[in-house]
Amino acid sequence: MIPIPAISAANHDFKRGIQAGLSIAIGYLPIAFTYGLLAKSSGLSLLETVGMSIIVFAGASQYIALSMIAAGTGAFEIIITAFIMNIRHLLMSASLNEKMEEDAKWRKAIYGFLITDETFSVAATRTERKLASSFMLGLGLTAYGSWVINSGIGYLIGAGLPETIQAGMAVALYAMFIGLLVPSAKKSSKVILLAGTAALLNSLFSLYEPLSGGWGIILSTIISAAGIEFLMKEEAHGN
Amino acid sequence: METNLLWMIAGMGVVTYLPRVLPLISLDTAVIPRKWQSILKNVPFAILGALIFPGILHINEGSVWYGIVGAGVALLSSWLNWNIILVVLSSVLAVSLFSFLGL
Repeated sequence: MIPIPAISAANHDFKRGIQAGLSIAIGYLPIAFTYGLLAKSSGLSLLETVGMSIIVFAGASQYIALSMIAAGTGAFEIIITAFIMNIRHLLMSASLNEKMEEDAKWRKAIYGFLITDETFSVAATRTERKLASSFMLGLGLTAYGSWVINSGIGYLIGAGLPETIQAGMAVALYAMFIGLLVPSAKKSSKVILLAGTAALLNSLFSLYEPLSGGWGIILSTIISAAGIEFLMKEEAHGN
Repeated sequence: METNLLWMIAGMGVVTYLPRVLPLISLDTAVIPRKWQSILKNVPFAILGALIFPGILHINEGSVWYGIVGAGVALLSSWLNWNIILVVLSSVLAVSLFSFLGL
């Protein structure tokens, strides 16, 4: 016998996941579109552009990869940068694990691929005590679909946009980063200190050719994240 | 597909997937020392700062003012708690207008 009630419950959770993912799908639209446009101007093929979105599915890492490819940076540096940038997902995944229902490892390995800053944020702030795997799958696939499809659309028709709109689109990613940073910065001076220190260090590193681009971002992030943690701890001991 | 680029994309895929999935499928590795947890919690904010500066100043080859206009509008709109979609769209519109006016 097929356990029909279980299937329809999973179906229901999947649909609720899709609904919860719609805001992310809309939010990804201009970012993915611009990624596709920039990928084309960086000299990638359509297959490479959409392939990176399908395999990597990490907005900031993909943007950085494009600028590093354009700057002639090596693949190793780009992979290390992608790793450093996505280490934070360890914490998100660990925290989300507490909220997810028990399930087979292979199912967790599937929806785990769909964890991003945005899908994590939406899932982590849900009021349910436990979330179903099928909810996370619906949420993640909605965001993923938007990311992949709009990457391709941006590649195909992005260059047909008027030049002024293209000039404007170039700021989209940075505006998103600012939009992600400001709400936290308003609540915590430590956030301002972390971002400000890394921004200052990266600006300094960018003046020195070997450290401009990828390694500068890695170094300034590590120095800021570890250094400020160390200094604040020292201060706490001193008091 | 260019071979070097294919390997780069595959490598990026692996290093992006592992941190997402390891804590989910093996609870033991989720027990990270507290000091490392604090540093990892700092990483997103530090990296956002390094990503924004100095990159935003170089969105237009001719002038840093494109980036300054875009940053100003994004800062203001996100300070006013606008939805992130509106933050992105208003900043894009402002820079487009700036470009259109040829300032």
